[in-house]
Amino acid sequence: MTPVNKDISSMEPSPQLEPVTPGDAAYDSLSTGPSRTLAGDAWRRLRKNRLATVAIVWISIMVIAAVTAGLWVPQLYGDPIAINTETIVEDRLQSPSLEHPFGTDDLGRDVFARVVYGARFSLAVGLIATAISIVIGLMLGALAGYYGGITDAAVMRGADVFFAFPYTLFAIALIAVLGPGFINVFIAIGVLGWPSIARVFRSSILSVKQQDYIQAARALGGNDLRIMTRHILPNSVAPIIVYGTMSIGGAILTEAALSFLGMGIQPPTPSWGYMINASTKFMLTAPWLMIWPGFAILTTVLAFVLLGDGLRDALDVKMKD
Amino acid sequence: MLKYIGRRILQMIPVFIGVTILLFVMTTVVPGDPVKMITGERAISPAVYNQIRAEYGFDQPLPKQYLMYLNRLLHGDLGQSLMRGRPVKDMLLDKFPYTMQLALCAIVIEIIIGIGAGMISAVKRYSYADVLVTLSTSILVSLPVFWLGTLLQLFFGIYMKQWTNGAFYLPMSGAGGPGSPFPQWVYLILPSITLASVSTAYAARIMRSQLLEVMGQDYVRTATAKGLAASAVLWRHSIKNAMIPVVTFIGIDFGAMMSGAILTETVFNWPGVGNEIYNAVVRRDWPVVMGGVIIIVVVVMIINLLVDISYAFFDPRIRYGGGGEES
Repeated sequence: MTPVNKDISSMEPSPQLEPVTPGDAAYDSLSTGPSRTLAGDAWRRLRKNRLATVAIVWISIMVIAAVTAGLWVPQLYGDPIAINTETIVEDRLQSPSLEHPFGTDDLGRDVFARVVYGARFSLAVGLIATAISIVIGLMLGALAGYYGGITDAAVMRGADVFFAFPYTLFAIALIAVLGPGFINVFIAIGVLGWPSIARVFRSSILSVKQQDYIQAARALGGNDLRIMTRHILPNSVAPIIVYGTMSIGGAILTEAALSFLGMGIQPPTPSWGYMINASTKFMLTAPWLMIWPGFAILTTVLAFVLLGDGLRDALDVKMKD
Repeated sequence: MLKYIGRRILQMIPVFIGVTILLFVMTTVVPGDPVKMITGERAISPAVYNQIRAEYGFDQPLPKQYLMYLNRLLHGDLGQSLMRGRPVKDMLLDKFPYTMQLALCAIVIEIIIGIGAGMISAVKRYSYADVLVTLSTSILVSLPVFWLGTLLQLFFGIYMKQWTNGAFYLPMSGAGGPGSPFPQWVYLILPSITLASVSTAYAARIMRSQLLEVMGQDYVRTATAKGLAASAVLWRHSIKNAMIPVVTFIGIDFGAMMSGAILTETVFNWPGVGNEIYNAVVRRDWPVVMGGVIIIVVVVMIINLLVDISYAFFDPRIRYGGGGEES
């Protein structure tokens, strides 16, 4: 939790005391009607958090740049993958200039173009792997929390088994078995994330399950699936959102580590981790090769971490650090 | 106490069985042809193929294969390296002391800097020091370890040497040995800082939040109201209680460092288990990779057990409270 957010200016204004009548602007701002949803409230609080706002802006820039990269990067900075054998000699290892803002690599390719294209894979891994973790984690967490007993014990012991493995090591072992490649990186990182999500969801189900409105829903004849999706999930979704956001950053870091070890997406497709690996040979002559991909990883992961922190405060989720 | 330890060890058994099943599935079932996993890409005659098949029991039903696998594991047989023909166990045991050294140095850094920074940050809440600690921990947890490692190499290994004309710099890789220009401990500096970075940030965060929580407790207020000196309240009542979760974290983290060492050791070419695993991955020497994974997982499980036991030793609530809380 960042202390900066706790000053008085971030608190909600106190309700106005003068009488209001329908039609007044003040009337609309009173907490009647559908204008104040949980999401709306959270969004309002999130926007007041300066670090989280910066994070959202940075993530948006990255996503837009990655999605539209094909439209402007090759035209302005050159192809991120193809090697031009005719000009490679004069193009290689150029230091940053106006034409090549991040310099060029040992094969004469523009580093900026490669960093932007690298964002595609990193963001895709972050989002898809986290989505896989959340789907598996929600299903198993729901089973464990809702049914309890032996189902609970089985799922949670399974989670313990996964927790016994150090994270990076397990990812490496999985890739060693599956073989490196695009899809396998998604699977390896996605499969590893489920136990944490399952634990978080299970414990929020346990606390929601006892509430009166769940009893009411059951008395009205709602079946398990309906109670789960309509009543329990919406009321325990906040920690999942916070945790999921932070996991995106974690997944990007893990992907970068795998790529750095040569176990992620294979060259020549640009990935930040592998770019750093390949740059260590030219550390002395061309340090820009390693600076920019690392900077891209750092800022992207940091943005998701700060956004997660901001969401935690905005959604008022109590979590261990 | 003994009862607690006994129960804790009993709880470990299903997890251990689960871990071995998972590894068994990964090494034997998934790769398609498990014989390939043992022989690698080499061409082998059908006779040798069948011999290996029979020796490892790949013609047996899966449950029986699993028991054979477990039996080999419990006897410390992790197979042979494809490339070097040496037993995997011996290879990894040679490297283990190096990884231990590195992890111990990193833990020392984590304890001194992490706990120190967390304390300052909590005691001087909202001060510039606090903001600095909070921000830098956020940055550190987002920093790719291998990038930090290469940056340190660049500054302390290359630029420092250039600026001081070779008078002062730190070695960039290796672990020293006969004929090297530095005493051996100097080689540990950069790798242990790198390995400690993320953990130190987490330790500082946990220390800060725990200390803030404890300082808001009634018994701390009571101690102050009794007229105790501020330093006595802080050290004897607040920090002592806030330390418990931090110590647990650091203990568990020691296990995590065993695996984090893969990246650090690769960057600095430190001759530990992690580097050996990385080299094995590059050479597609699967038995070494899987053997390394098993060794690290077992070490991590043992460390976690010891942490839990010591936790119970320091915090009587756990010892008497029926097995500790689910987290």
